[in-house]
Amino acid sequence: MNGLSKRLIACFDVVGSKVTKAEKFQNNIHIGDAASMAKNLYAQGIDEIIFYDIKASAEKRKLDVAVVESVGKEVFVPFTVGGGIRSVADMYSVLKAGSEKISIDSMAVRNPELIRAGAKAFGRQCIVLSIQVIKRGKSPKLASGYEIAIDGARIFTGKDAVDWAKQGADLGAGEIVVNSIDRDGTCSGYDLEIIEAIAKAVNVPVIASGGAGSLEHVSLLFTKTEASAAIISSMLYSTRLSRNFSVHEIKEYLVGKNIPMRACHEAGSSS
Amino acid sequence: MVAVINYHGGNALSVLHALRKLQIPAYLCSKPEQLGEAKIMILPGVGSAKATLESLQELGFHDILKHKISIEQIPFIGICIGYQILFEHSQEDSISCWGLLKGKVEAFDASQLRVPQIGWNRVHFLKPEHPYLRGIGDSPYFYFVNSYYANPLDSSKVFGNYHYGRKFSAIIVDKNITAMQFHVEKSGPLGLRLLKNICQAYGAT
Repeated sequence: MNGLSKRLIACFDVVGSKVTKAEKFQNNIHIGDAASMAKNLYAQGIDEIIFYDIKASAEKRKLDVAVVESVGKEVFVPFTVGGGIRSVADMYSVLKAGSEKISIDSMAVRNPELIRAGAKAFGRQCIVLSIQVIKRGKSPKLASGYEIAIDGARIFTGKDAVDWAKQGADLGAGEIVVNSIDRDGTCSGYDLEIIEAIAKAVNVPVIASGGAGSLEHVSLLFTKTEASAAIISSMLYSTRLSRNFSVHEIKEYLVGKNIPMRACHEAGSSS
Repeated sequence: MVAVINYHGGNALSVLHALRKLQIPAYLCSKPEQLGEAKIMILPGVGSAKATLESLQELGFHDILKHKISIEQIPFIGICIGYQILFEHSQEDSISCWGLLKGKVEAFDASQLRVPQIGWNRVHFLKPEHPYLRGIGDSPYFYFVNSYYANPLDSSKVFGNYHYGRKFSAIIVDKNITAMQFHVEKSGPLGLRLLKNICQAYGAT
């Protein structure tokens, strides 16, 4: 018996203090102010928020701590920050500013010991390993058929996606976010194949990212895979979609499909 | 005033932000001298029991906090690791804890469950009429992040349970001690409401 709900997570790609949305990790369009969008989604009943400072790693720039602080003051659901984190000291500065969890991606591929060091310093629940996967087809070198990329899908590493996810969990990652490069911003549905392969291979919660464009995409994720959480971004705010969805609307649909969700009225009934 | 104990590795700031939002007078307490006239003490927590106990030792909080809780009976709210270290022993790093609550902290069975437990789980409260639960309802979701769970010996102190593979204690109320496994400060408006109710019951204005 297990009372855990599935989670809906809003993930923002942040440049400076602004939210942008990419398609296949390119052609970012500006969407709005990061802190006010986070506050608005919190009020709507989102379960969790992630900020990725997407330029930080590629351009070796550190993320903007002031934006993290401003969200931390108003948003009382879990808040993860990633981008440009190279060391335990960087992790500490982000946690101190008001986030609970740290997401590491390209830097962890370059230096896997960063996962272990972060888990040792702050506990594994604090370390979210985010991985960028692209479908290549199965081969002797890529048993899962998916390859790991880094630096915003600019560099391909030759690493097998399932192998890397397992290694990351073994090193101490508390959650794994699987970002599909092929599906990113396409609104064509999650890549259920790789998400399920990773969810079966690791014992930590797996978060699916990339491709959600309809209510059915999210319910398929939770009925066809063991994913613990869904990242939705285009559905909430992309101007590329003909219509956007409210958090309430998505959760109501999922509850109707017998998927356990924290109800939105629980998010709005406090006085 | 509510003192939020600020030690290395804790998420004191998140708790402080929550109290500020609730307009409950509070401050970050980074040195034992600053405990002063605190009416309520909150020990937030993330990370491991060992790291938390070591940091509290290093900063000089360890003995004075135990004294204020057990002898002076100052109201104390423990969150996550601040809940677990109240028990006698933690299996995490096999370490002795404060022993203010009877029982041990043990590891989830990782062969049966995804560990850590991360996410929103229902808390089934056992005393629905209690003032803590004003405006909260029956079995709301709160946010949990834990690889270890507390196994309290005195079940009369258990105020609510959650299920993760089986039933576990989510929150303990024992006079001046209220301690919970979940992150009340990150559990949305209902978490804030519970935090407010607890602080008010302990006399915060």
